[in-house]
Amino acid sequence: MTILTFTLLLIAGAYLAGLVGSLTGLGGGVVIIPLLTLVFHVDIRYAIGAALLASIANSSGAASAYVKEGITNIRLGMFLEIATTVGAVVGAIVAVYTPVNTIAILFGIILLFSAVMTIRKKNHEVLLQGSPAAAKLKLNNSYPTAKGPVNYQLKNVGAGFGIMTVAGVFSGLLGIGSGALKVLAMDSTMRIPFKVSTTTSNFMIGVTATASAIVYLQRGYMDAGIAFPVVLGVLGGAFTGSKLLSKIDAKVLKYIFCVAIVFVAAEMMFNGFNHKF
Amino acid sequence: MKKLFSKHLLADQDIEQLIGIQLRAGVVTASIIVLIGGILYLIQSGGSLLPSYAHFGGEKAELTSFSAIWQAVIHFRAKGIITLGVVILMATPLLRIMFSLVGFAIEKDRMYVLITLFVLMVMAFSIFGGLKV
Repeated sequence: MTILTFTLLLIAGAYLAGLVGSLTGLGGGVVIIPLLTLVFHVDIRYAIGAALLASIANSSGAASAYVKEGITNIRLGMFLEIATTVGAVVGAIVAVYTPVNTIAILFGIILLFSAVMTIRKKNHEVLLQGSPAAAKLKLNNSYPTAKGPVNYQLKNVGAGFGIMTVAGVFSGLLGIGSGALKVLAMDSTMRIPFKVSTTTSNFMIGVTATASAIVYLQRGYMDAGIAFPVVLGVLGGAFTGSKLLSKIDAKVLKYIFCVAIVFVAAEMMFNGFNHKF
Repeated sequence: MKKLFSKHLLADQDIEQLIGIQLRAGVVTASIIVLIGGILYLIQSGGSLLPSYAHFGGEKAELTSFSAIWQAVIHFRAKGIITLGVVILMATPLLRIMFSLVGFAIEKDRMYVLITLFVLMVMAFSIFGGLKV
């Protein structure tokens, strides 16, 4: 295969990854790693580097819109970034000593978990009485709706912080945004309304991914020949996805995508256990 | 709670707008540079056979420090230009943290200035911490 053929195929694949990733809310990284390793047989370490870049591009692009709308909770994001950045650096260091097959198996597990998180019931209820810790850290806030601003409070700050640390480690180890774990921490544990937790999670992913991406760049995981089609393709796909989101019903797509993810997860884990990486 | 900034200097919405614009500008700049580098890369070596990505040679890779990337950009080497775009992409969230830091400082929110500084320190550790294994 020539470089030109590879580049064009990868741009098309990354475009689809960005499109589906933004429509389902899972981000591009989840699709990029299986695409590069299973389809193009690229070493998983290069795939992790590319996926981190896809996550940063996706997050910064989407967050720019959400921040302007005032849905994102900037204080909450900054507070939880303590946990995710420390986790991400630890994950990136641990990755050197982790066999690639183990990484593939862990990736499969996280994929399965992401699929479950995508189809579960969302928390739309607003918590009116939060914990003292949340008040002390000034994490309670409000977000705009069609009927005016809605105030919300939150609880379980410690537990949420703990899950965020784990999310950061996985992000650094596997090169993904760990969006599913971040939403688990904010949505289910801290009881933050779904709209705020998804946008704040998206806002944070860029910083989390960068914390480990710098380590990976210095280690040579970021190959320009792979990075270039992935960054452009994912950005284009995510842009199209954000335009389509208001026009189509993403529900059916979400279920189809979840089934596909389960198959991909199974294949990653199967190959990991058989030492195919 | 909604006020991130004191009324006198900047309104809360202003800093949110600013961060939004900064994030978008970073992504657009990075992708334009990546695109330029990418086109150059295809012109220079599009017809060559694909390097073996199945075998990881990361440790020996050249473009792993800023000075090396800069040298490659000056000499108009395609991979260097792409990597410069990648670095700008990574700098975008970093710059966002600094914007937030300024915002919290103007609001005299000491707790969040400390929190933001801590996050910046972690990033600095991953840049300068000698993590190149």
